Amino acid sequence: MPEKKEDIRIGVFLCHCGSNIAGYLNMEELEEFSKKLPHVTFVMRNLYTCSEGGINEIKKGIKEQNLTRVVVASCTPRTHEPLFRSSCGEAGLNPYLFEMVNIRDQCSWVHMKEQEDATNKAKDLIRMGVAKSALLEPQESIMSEVQVRALVIGGGIAGMTSALALANRGFEVVLVEREETLGGLLNNLNKLGPTMMEASELVEEKTRAVTGHSNITLFTNAKVTEVQGFIGKYNVDIETESGVKKIDIGVIVLATGGRAFVPEGLYNYDGKHVVTQLEMEKLLKDGLEPDIRNVVMIQCVGSRNQERPYCSRICCQTAVKNAMLIREQNPDAKVSILYRDMQMYGVENEEMFRDSKAKGVRYINYDPANPPEVEPDKVRVYHALLGRDMDLPADLVVLSTPLVSQEDAGATSRLLRVPVDENGFFLEAHVKLKPLDFATDGIFLCGSAHFPANIREAVAQGLGAASRASIPLSKGSVVVEPIISVLADEDACRGCGLCVALCPYGALEVQKTEKGRKVHVIDVACKGCGVCAATCYQHALSINSFTDKQIEAQIEAFLN
Amino acid sequence: MLDVGRHPNIELLAYSEVEKVEGEAGDFKVTIRRKARYVEDDKCTGCGACAEKCPTVVSDAFNEGLGERRAIYSYFAQGIPSTHTIDADHCRQLNGKKCGICAKTCQAEAINFDQEDRVLELDVAGIIIAAGYDVFDPSLIPEYRYREIANVVTAIEFERLLSASGPTGGHMDRPSDRAVEAEIAGLEKKAEKSQKALSKLEEKFNEPSDQFYKKYQAGEYKDDEDRKKWADKYAAHLAVTEPLEVLKKKAEAFTVAKRLAFIQCVGSRDFRFYPFCSGYCCMHSIKEAIISHEHEPETTSSIFGMDIRAVGKGFEEYKIRGGNNSNITYVRGRVAEITEGPDNNPVVIYEDTRERKVKRQEFDMVVLATACAPTKGIAELAKTLGVELDKYNFIKTSSLSPVDSTTPGIFVCGCAESPMDVPESVAQASSAAERAAEIAFQTDLEKEKAVA
Repeated sequence: MPEKKEDIRIGVFLCHCGSNIAGYLNMEELEEFSKKLPHVTFVMRNLYTCSEGGINEIKKGIKEQNLTRVVVASCTPRTHEPLFRSSCGEAGLNPYLFEMVNIRDQCSWVHMKEQEDATNKAKDLIRMGVAKSALLEPQESIMSEVQVRALVIGGGIAGMTSALALANRGFEVVLVEREETLGGLLNNLNKLGPTMMEASELVEEKTRAVTGHSNITLFTNAKVTEVQGFIGKYNVDIETESGVKKIDIGVIVLATGGRAFVPEGLYNYDGKHVVTQLEMEKLLKDGLEPDIRNVVMIQCVGSRNQERPYCSRICCQTAVKNAMLIREQNPDAKVSILYRDMQMYGVENEEMFRDSKAKGVRYINYDPANPPEVEPDKVRVYHALLGRDMDLPADLVVLSTPLVSQEDAGATSRLLRVPVDENGFFLEAHVKLKPLDFATDGIFLCGSAHFPANIREAVAQGLGAASRASIPLSKGSVVVEPIISVLADEDACRGCGLCVALCPYGALEVQKTEKGRKVHVIDVACKGCGVCAATCYQHALSINSFTDKQIEAQIEAFLN
Repeated sequence: MLDVGRHPNIELLAYSEVEKVEGEAGDFKVTIRRKARYVEDDKCTGCGACAEKCPTVVSDAFNEGLGERRAIYSYFAQGIPSTHTIDADHCRQLNGKKCGICAKTCQAEAINFDQEDRVLELDVAGIIIAAGYDVFDPSLIPEYRYREIANVVTAIEFERLLSASGPTGGHMDRPSDRAVEAEIAGLEKKAEKSQKALSKLEEKFNEPSDQFYKKYQAGEYKDDEDRKKWADKYAAHLAVTEPLEVLKKKAEAFTVAKRLAFIQCVGSRDFRFYPFCSGYCCMHSIKEAIISHEHEPETTSSIFGMDIRAVGKGFEEYKIRGGNNSNITYVRGRVAEITEGPDNNPVVIYEDTRERKVKRQEFDMVVLATACAPTKGIAELAKTLGVELDKYNFIKTSSLSPVDSTTPGIFVCGCAESPMDVPESVAQASSAAERAAEIAFQTDLEKEKAVA
């Protein structure tokens, strides 16, 4: 039964916010104005509506004045909407029959010297809020169960760390690695800076822990081929050697790593006399030929250029580490590193950098406009401090190439419906505030899939992603605010799928129904951003508490 | 901050310190001192009416001493909790003088001058240290003349000058110019006062002061005591207004700082102080230069550094964009000295290593990218908690257990562990939470086992 118009009783609470609002607006005038607005049956001014006293007045108003809508004109919903909403709920009014009007941050604070105009603006804002509130409808929070099982994609150091952390918390983990063995890029490394621990030892230790953990199901030589669903309820297909496994998953951690760039055509790269740092790792592991006496390393090969503008973060530390290891194996060897900026950020790296200088590694700065030239047996470089070209004898030239994104990053991105950046690395929800989350709830990110990371960073991120992923797992359910998209007019929907393509959260899908193809909103995945409703040509989709009618009512109220 | 403030599972104990820790991983007993604020936190709504009325002006630490606050204050406008605090060192009432204006102003009746420190004990499974860092004090570097040359500021001071809610409302006013303007304001106040006294006399004798003064100096009114007093007053008035006019004239030429120098590695990568690289300073200098250019499109910036370490995701691209679009020049070289030139302009002396030349360049303002120094109280805190520090006084960890301290059950994140930027700190905070949760969870398991 739709509510009759005469049943709507709106209470308006005007907050003075001490002098933050009352010092600049004429509150008596606002009170008199509010009393005359349609459906408003009660108006009250409070020194602080958010204080215990103010909240009690709202509750009293709902009970004693039989208010069916509450409007608070005060500060910002960012800070106080949850408080006012829950207060309405406590007094027996559906929390979504509450509307907030910002007359402080967007009015009194920005018009401190224009009392009359500011008061008039506040009147407009209150009139609009009241008009909208009359059309508000009650909403119920949405709860959805979470399958208490995590999927970790990628068995490198980040993925293994994440899987172990989740397993240690008591959660079931499915770990998928496409290679035969765990370890990822670590398998190609010799020793790890700055501790010079053997990489193989770390791989063995972690592999043992993963394979021995009762909470981890490990699939190697396996690939995730299909992911359907949303947070808490993913249906995942994993192609393994023994056929396709279909597993229900609650959350996903993406740890697919990166790969080293191969510098074909650069600096006479041949894999023999001119090698990459990754190939250098193997040479060092196998033991350097004793006749290697002169080594020249060149930094930023294939990075920080037009094609690949980013700095790959970890190549300088790799070069410094390998330079020292070369000197350790062949103490007479001369090692020069030609660099643009030595990216030895932080405590440990800078310490290793200093240490390497003390151990005789030489550093020569080069300008990318005048790069070094690799010739047989020597490297020519312009030495800025000497002001002339210099020939460095070289038995071995080592090129520091960047870590680049996986070749199938695009496919993975489509599979999980998560974005990649212009360099093919996966794009987090927020550069600063959510570095381990995707915008889509339920999927998390760590290690070099996000951006090149060293061991310490990959471990920290692996733990961090596990922490983020464990929240829905330990709660066992997700509760979502009901301000989301709904298919308000099913008949109007043509199932065109435009909204599905535009939804940033993967919250829409087209389903076959008795009435034909219709869009379906996955309510727990929806964030209520409104892109779909704004896009829909048929006006079939609508956002709860932001319906066309409610917004039109606001606009009309403003224009009148 | 807001989320922390209103999360039902977080009990926020601000303005508090850990005094004692006993026990072990899974079962710590922590003693915490909640320092007296002299304001009841359950009553204070954070409205700020008290601070508006408080008569005692104190230098504002949040604005790096560039602005002022009152003796009752909140650290900064959006601070959580918004509960105000009385600064006991400066409050008149708490120092035995008559006042109590804040208590009279506060309609929430939250002021309590009798409040005392409270000590409480907590049982916790795990502990996370997130004590942060301090800004290195560059006055320790004599050749940069910080505090001697007004227009040499630290990056964090510059940050406050850039801020719309900062002491200059986001205008790049130079500290030397601000000092002159403060002097003008002071003299104007004096002049107004003496003018008032003169006006009375002018009325009495029905003559403008300057006319009278000319006659007086010419020898008239020799024996008139009243007029002698008038003359003295006028002379004193002139002693104020004449320099005032000079300063005003000078101030007419003031503009915002448009030629900026950023000096990297101030205190870091420096054997005298901190040999390590602070990691984030290259990026904040670039950011500050870009924002300055947004504020004032004529701004040009030179960033002096040995290496520009733009190593994070999107950082190198940001650096290049700064060069292309925001008039930033990156100069490879370590600045040797800063001196003061005409108009309070700092002069930077450095070797341009690319051109092999020693150069001098004049700027409107110089910004020092100061090192990430271990926070002052960290040694004491580490002792209380029983965790080891590394040789620089950061909390000791290892690269395979990057958030584990040397004591089980105690974890660390952010710059208390080592210098790092925001995204890394946020990621590490999650890592530390994960490790702590593992401990808390194990405890539950063991407890269950014990019951079974």
